[in-house]
Amino acid sequence: MQMIIEYLSYPFVRYAVIVGVLIAFCSSLLGVTLVLKRMSYIGDGLSHVAFGALAIASVLKLTNNMYIVLPVTVLAAVILLAFGKNAAIKGDAAIAMLSVGALAFGYLLMNKFSTSSNLAGDVCSTLFGSMSILTLSQSQVILCFILSVIVVIVFILFYNKIFAVTFDETFAKATGVRTGAYNLLIAVIIAVIIVLAMNLVGSLLISALVIFPAMASMRVFKSFKAVTVSSAVFSVFCALAGMLISIVAGTPTGATIVACDAVMFGVFCVIGAVRQ
Amino acid sequence: MSLISAKDLTIGFSDLVLYRDLSFEINEGDYVFVIGENGTGKTTLMRTLLGLRKPLSGEVVTDGLKLSEIGYLPQQTIVQRDFPASVKEIVLSGFVGRMGARPFYSPSQKKSAMDAMKKFGVADLANRCYRELSGGQQQRVLLARTLCAATKVLLMDEPVAGLDPFVTEEFYGLVEKLNREGMTIIMISHDIAAAKKYASHILHITNDPSFTEKKEYFASGRGNSFSIVSGKEE
Repeated sequence: MQMIIEYLSYPFVRYAVIVGVLIAFCSSLLGVTLVLKRMSYIGDGLSHVAFGALAIASVLKLTNNMYIVLPVTVLAAVILLAFGKNAAIKGDAAIAMLSVGALAFGYLLMNKFSTSSNLAGDVCSTLFGSMSILTLSQSQVILCFILSVIVVIVFILFYNKIFAVTFDETFAKATGVRTGAYNLLIAVIIAVIIVLAMNLVGSLLISALVIFPAMASMRVFKSFKAVTVSSAVFSVFCALAGMLISIVAGTPTGATIVACDAVMFGVFCVIGAVRQ
Repeated sequence: MSLISAKDLTIGFSDLVLYRDLSFEINEGDYVFVIGENGTGKTTLMRTLLGLRKPLSGEVVTDGLKLSEIGYLPQQTIVQRDFPASVKEIVLSGFVGRMGARPFYSPSQKKSAMDAMKKFGVADLANRCYRELSGGQQQRVLLARTLCAATKVLLMDEPVAGLDPFVTEEFYGLVEKLNREGMTIIMISHDIAAAKKYASHILHITNDPSFTEKKEYFASGRGNSFSIVSGKEE
């Protein structure tokens, strides 16, 4: 406890905790939609694209790599969604090609052009997040903060439409909802969330942050609203617990957060089974 | 002027034509039963009328009818089975097409949703989870949602499938009342007895479809033979 208070007296740790909580909050919001629309694989593909973009950014030595990672990932989300509609090229195959390709090129770039003395450490921290959340620059913290708030506001404003498009796209379309536009909106929000979450847990562990809270809450709660609220609370709790444990135990932040998610998922499964 | 008119529609899939040159006009206040054997293209026609798919040729003209004035009840899909949503949330989503830029449902819409749930006898299930309901209850929830969406036209794909006789009777009574108040009804059904009782027009889908007034249809050889085959002759 003493140790935690001591750590929290440093401003950069406080920033990290605040941003971490915000990122965890907004990454949990679209989990239900992703799982039920069978779009969770898009999240996974995009995280690899984000890794590739991050490699380019680090080669170019940008002070704030999000300026390049964000637009590239959003663009990839839009392209993947368009591929999904095209029956001639299978959506999942397109995602597999794009994500593995981005991963390979990303690693190549980092390997060839990186000036860092600790290449393996760099790659590892991009993939698994390691302690990167504690080393965010102030401009990154501000950008993360603004993006998280935008995601939350957009989600609240379009909550009812996202529900309708997720539950029954055919009905929504037949009654005049522009489902194409909302699918695009969902894809763009996912892209933003993935870029945000990459700062917290690294690009390989992002899916966990999106899917665990939703899957856990769906086992216990019965309405869309309750599941959404529960996912948010679940995700924030696990992120906080994970960050504090990692400070005390000196473990990698991202992996600790995801481990907390996995344990809590087990707890929710038991609760759900008992309730039935 | 007709509300929905089909002009020389050819319906089918890229390598399979189900039927050609179907033309008909549906006017405001009509009550159309779409009948025909399985696999003849009734649902495909309904999806074409809604603009969810394009006909192979021909066109659907809707005169001054907006999509947000249409209620549609699709055949039940299995995708929704593990969806965590309460009955109230689903019924309210019927209004989503008419929200425009507004982010939330208005109090009057919430009240209308409650009324719709009462009409179909699911008001006491409002906070229950959709996936825990029986098939018949689920169908009634979706009917209530469709009612929220419809202000001018109700299109329904086998709406009485899974309903018990008592609820089926109530359902037809309710639809008849809506129809008398000016709602146009287009319903896919295998219930020939109900078609005889309630329809104003019959759209019989075969490889040579016909659109006729009810009397004319049941007086014709085609109507008689189909009723007998369907075993619903009274």
